[in-house]
Amino acid sequence: MNLTGISAIWQREILTFLRERPRIISAAINPIFWLVTFGAGLGSTVAIAGINYQQFIFAGIIVQTLLFSSIFYGSYLVWDRRIDLLKAVLVTPLSRQAIFFGKVLSGVTFALIQTAIILAFGIFIGINYTITSIVLVVLTVALAASALTAVGLTIGSLMTSPEGFQLITTFVIFPLFFLSGALFPLDNLPVYLATLTAVNPVTYIVDVLRGLLIGMQHYGSLENILVLSGFALVANLIGIQAFKMMRS
Amino acid sequence: MWTLLFLDMPIVETFNLTKKFGKIMAVDNLGIGIEEGEVFGLLGPNGAGKTTIIKMLATLLKPTSGTAKVNGFDVMKQPHKVRESIGIVFQEPSSDELLTGYENMKLYAMMYGLSKEEIKKGISEALELVELTERKDDLVRTFSGGMRRRLEIGRSLIHKPKVLFLDEPTLGLDPAGREKMWDYIGRLVKELRMTVLLTTHYMEEADSLASKVGIIDQGKIVTINSPKALKKTVGGDLVTIKAANLNTEALKKLDYVRNIKQEDGQVIITVENVSKNLQELLRVVGKIESVEVRNTTLNDVFLHFTGRRIQEEGGNTWFDKIVQESVSKS
Repeated sequence: MNLTGISAIWQREILTFLRERPRIISAAINPIFWLVTFGAGLGSTVAIAGINYQQFIFAGIIVQTLLFSSIFYGSYLVWDRRIDLLKAVLVTPLSRQAIFFGKVLSGVTFALIQTAIILAFGIFIGINYTITSIVLVVLTVALAASALTAVGLTIGSLMTSPEGFQLITTFVIFPLFFLSGALFPLDNLPVYLATLTAVNPVTYIVDVLRGLLIGMQHYGSLENILVLSGFALVANLIGIQAFKMMRS
Repeated sequence: MWTLLFLDMPIVETFNLTKKFGKIMAVDNLGIGIEEGEVFGLLGPNGAGKTTIIKMLATLLKPTSGTAKVNGFDVMKQPHKVRESIGIVFQEPSSDELLTGYENMKLYAMMYGLSKEEIKKGISEALELVELTERKDDLVRTFSGGMRRRLEIGRSLIHKPKVLFLDEPTLGLDPAGREKMWDYIGRLVKELRMTVLLTTHYMEEADSLASKVGIIDQGKIVTINSPKALKKTVGGDLVTIKAANLNTEALKKLDYVRNIKQEDGQVIITVENVSKNLQELLRVVGKIESVEVRNTTLNDVFLHFTGRRIQEEGGNTWFDKIVQESVSKS
């Protein structure tokens, strides 16, 4: 494995990210905006199992940020392919697997930066952290972001033109988000919703984080860890294959 | 004997290289050989299959059938080795606008697995060559089209490739920038003695840069030779005469007149060694209204071999495409 090469891909992504001011600003403002408007607004009348709604959706907003940023980052590949940026990389001796890992690593890095901002804001809405909970949140976010970035990269490598880019929000991100229990508890759901949330891997990411952050968890910890690791493994394996087969 | 044989082996060679896109034959059983140190120009109109050939040689596109060897490595079986042996500059810009010139070069060199010292030394040499040392710490966003192309040429040289592919190196540049770029490439080739495969649809470009030109039309090589020899095959330079009554009979008897063609009230005569023979020719034809002498260009060669004129401009330039994309993006 060419570590220098992977690091080159990673550095490139980080440098361009840091120089795109609008991207950083929206990455930081969006989740906080959700928490102070939607969370506080609905929270003024709604509490879930004795927990303030703003605190309840805190884990959900972290996952929302992960979904949007990781999947969009990955599928943005279709633009890189349209202009010759990616071709220049594909023509180097760097293997496609190495390019893929460089991209996933970058997606994870962005996710962690954004999570750090949201976690810092959590102090203001009364989230209590311990060292252990923070370490475990970071690990969970890293694993989840690697899976979601891989999903995005798979989509980006399969798309032939950027025309359908907007559809990703409608057909991938929104269903994964709204069917994850990010905004509502999983107890007492109608059968169709219970089924759809149970087969959505993102549900388990929300559940792990909610357990770590406010101590409210629907599934068993082992179940959560297994689903999350399985999701990350499968998504990355599929992503590597898609990357290898991608036409340049 | 064996060493001689080995030395004679072309550094780029294609064997019935073919690419079909659906029913369209983009590259049709191509068999060319490029010698080491040669600047080979693929000349043809847009859509003739030039870029497709480069993409197959650079392992970016799988041939439908046939194969090719670059630096002794098979593009199908040893793509990794081929990629180590080549440098490539694409038609459209492929450097990062949000990175500086230096960062672009450094990150790219890292992908070739070069050591820190090799990268440092390689970059400073490359920057000197393309005269961008002073602008190396500026964002590429602030570069002109020509500078950006130069940066990408420099970037493709850091890992010391055996073969350099230049796909339409002056597309999208204004005429002045184009001529400057020719100057550049010409100098690079001389200084580095590198094997270059360049594609172009500009006649003057092939003429001024290439030591050998392959004329390509509809995926097929029509002819290959040096620009000089190609122009000779047309038979000489063109003399266009306007006259009320022209003595074509007398013209036909001159042994240096190769061809006589009448076209909208004027006669176009193909003449060998025009500087020596023009005087006698004009005496023979009698009274004329006007005369125009034009040296053969590769345009005439293209016309001669394909029966058509090459389209000088056409299709979108990379610049148009970027504009369209940024519009549809926002």
